[in-house]
Amino acid sequence: MSLSSLVMVGVNHKTTPVEIREKLAFSQGKIEESLERITEIPEVIEHIIVSTCNRVEIYARVEEIDLGIKRLKEFICTSHELSLTELESYFYSHHSNQMVEHLFKVSSSLDSMVVGEPQILGQVKDAYENARTLNATGSVLNQLFEKAFNVAKRVREETGIAENAVSISYAAVELARKIFDDLENHTVMLIGTGEMAEIAAKHLISYGVKTVYVVSRTYERAAGLAKTLNGCALAFDELEKEMHRADIVITSTGAPRFIIDKEMVERVIETRKYNPMFFIDIAVPRDIAPEVNTLEDIYLYDIDDLQAVVAANLKEREKEAENALDIVTNEVSKFTDWMGTLDAVPTIVEIRNRAERIRIAEINKTIKKMEHLSEEDIINIEYLTTSIINKILHKPTVNLKKRVLSKDGRDFLHSIRQLFHLDD
Amino acid sequence: MEQLAYNISLSSYFAASLGYFLFLIYRKHPVSIFSRCAVALGVISQTIFMAIRSGQTGHGPYTNSFEVAFFCSWMIVVSYFFAELRYKIKDLGAFVIPLAFLILLYSFFLAQEGNQQDTGQIKIWMTLHRSLSIVGYAAFSMAFVAGVMYLIQENQLKNKKLGIMYFRMPSLELLDKFNFTVITLGFPLFTLGFMTGTLANSKIKDAIFSWDIVKTWPLVLCWLVYGLIFFGRLLKGWRGKKAAQGAILGFISVILTFVLHV
Repeated sequence: MSLSSLVMVGVNHKTTPVEIREKLAFSQGKIEESLERITEIPEVIEHIIVSTCNRVEIYARVEEIDLGIKRLKEFICTSHELSLTELESYFYSHHSNQMVEHLFKVSSSLDSMVVGEPQILGQVKDAYENARTLNATGSVLNQLFEKAFNVAKRVREETGIAENAVSISYAAVELARKIFDDLENHTVMLIGTGEMAEIAAKHLISYGVKTVYVVSRTYERAAGLAKTLNGCALAFDELEKEMHRADIVITSTGAPRFIIDKEMVERVIETRKYNPMFFIDIAVPRDIAPEVNTLEDIYLYDIDDLQAVVAANLKEREKEAENALDIVTNEVSKFTDWMGTLDAVPTIVEIRNRAERIRIAEINKTIKKMEHLSEEDIINIEYLTTSIINKILHKPTVNLKKRVLSKDGRDFLHSIRQLFHLDD
Repeated sequence: MEQLAYNISLSSYFAASLGYFLFLIYRKHPVSIFSRCAVALGVISQTIFMAIRSGQTGHGPYTNSFEVAFFCSWMIVVSYFFAELRYKIKDLGAFVIPLAFLILLYSFFLAQEGNQQDTGQIKIWMTLHRSLSIVGYAAFSMAFVAGVMYLIQENQLKNKKLGIMYFRMPSLELLDKFNFTVITLGFPLFTLGFMTGTLANSKIKDAIFSWDIVKTWPLVLCWLVYGLIFFGRLLKGWRGKKAAQGAILGFISVILTFVLHV
């Protein structure tokens, strides 16, 4: 039951090109069958297969590390009718503490291609559920994976790892959310029907924006996009007249020069009683004169600005990842401590069983000799002897659990077993 | 006991200010928990201090400058609890608690003794005047903090230099709402406080306009500034950056009032 029986093998986006990964992946339909086939490998006690587009990994508890790792690698290759000798170099494997750490990193999305992406946790959870329903897991992997989900939750709650957008259209949404509180009561106006603008608008809608206006030089195109976005199309010459309704304006026309200038926005913001506006100019060449940004309560971002925001966000995520690593390290040591105390459990149980056997034997002898004892007396004697044993064994039990975690824990455990004569 | 409670609250707020600041920058979760505990400890010891003192003087904790400063810092921390509950601005503490600490520190340099004892009707009016005004000041302090946070975030968004504060500060709209809410609460209370103070004064001096000019003008100024902010918003739609700047300007008049009037 010791920590050193935990192993994992796998390939991921860092070690292996996609051509190989796709060959090694376990498709959804194949997973159940594969889980059952691993059960047949005698060296493997418990196991879970995690297979996503970026990683194929097997987590397991095995009888013996090296052999276990070898068997699992062989299993991945033979299931896909590939030869291990060719693919050996792509595989990585971890055992004991490193295995726990790797799993915690994976589930917390620290090992992902885009650090902090939210899908991986769900994928690991599904993998675990699959294995559990087929009874492929046991007490140790169950504990380990439940812990991994907790760690992921802690990382998400205590660090900002998943907070900042890493795509241009999401960055635009995030900026909007730094200007406006909740997007629900806010209105978006799309000028031009470019694809990026459409994506940004869809993101905004998913964050609650309810009212969308679409303006285009050709009314039919505006109407078409308005229909997909559940919005309202406007004619191009209504642009200035209606712009005051919009809190967020996204432009993506193919116009060769600016279609919105400072004077126009000045007039619009006056109509709006100086309610802030956010302009997102995704067009190249730009649609909005840059001086617009000098107006109070107006925020103008062009495509380069958005790219800079994405770069800043990525940097911020990396910083947050360091905080997340601290949490992972801390949780790994907590988990391995818990695993370590498991080493002491069989010894403790044996000592207690022995004590209990002796107690019962001695009581039986005594009671036979003392026939005058009432039922109540016997109960009292039972109680007395049990509590003597508990009191005597309490400190040794606590100390044993503690000492087994220290460096010389194994020797200590051995001495205790000798002292109590447990191994004969 | 009294002195001990005072010392504990002063050091707790100092520790919490430091903690919130570190949390603002490094985002280490345990630091945030530490700061919250320190604030809780601080506010409990402040409450104990005020209870003991009020028991001794028979008045609320506002009978001299020292007590008013002390009570103000307590009120600010209490309003901070409500504000955080309502607005869930994670880093509000990094701005509010240092302010509460500074006000408490200011009280450290004021004489603890020498209370103004009022009796009868005057006592009632003065009690109202002082407690209403202090709640008003706490609200204005919150508006000041919201204004500062607004300008920081506004500056980041406008100049597109998204530093650490961009990530930490909430949205401009939320800060603006928060600013307006506290002023909407604070201004009428402060006005009532102003009126009850005038009444109390008229009872003492037996004439409504027998004001001491040096003591009174900062108060009038303060009232005018917040009146302008309040009605400017309602009638002229002064919001956003203007409102934030107004809240900061208003707070300067609060400090003046504090030094000259209290």
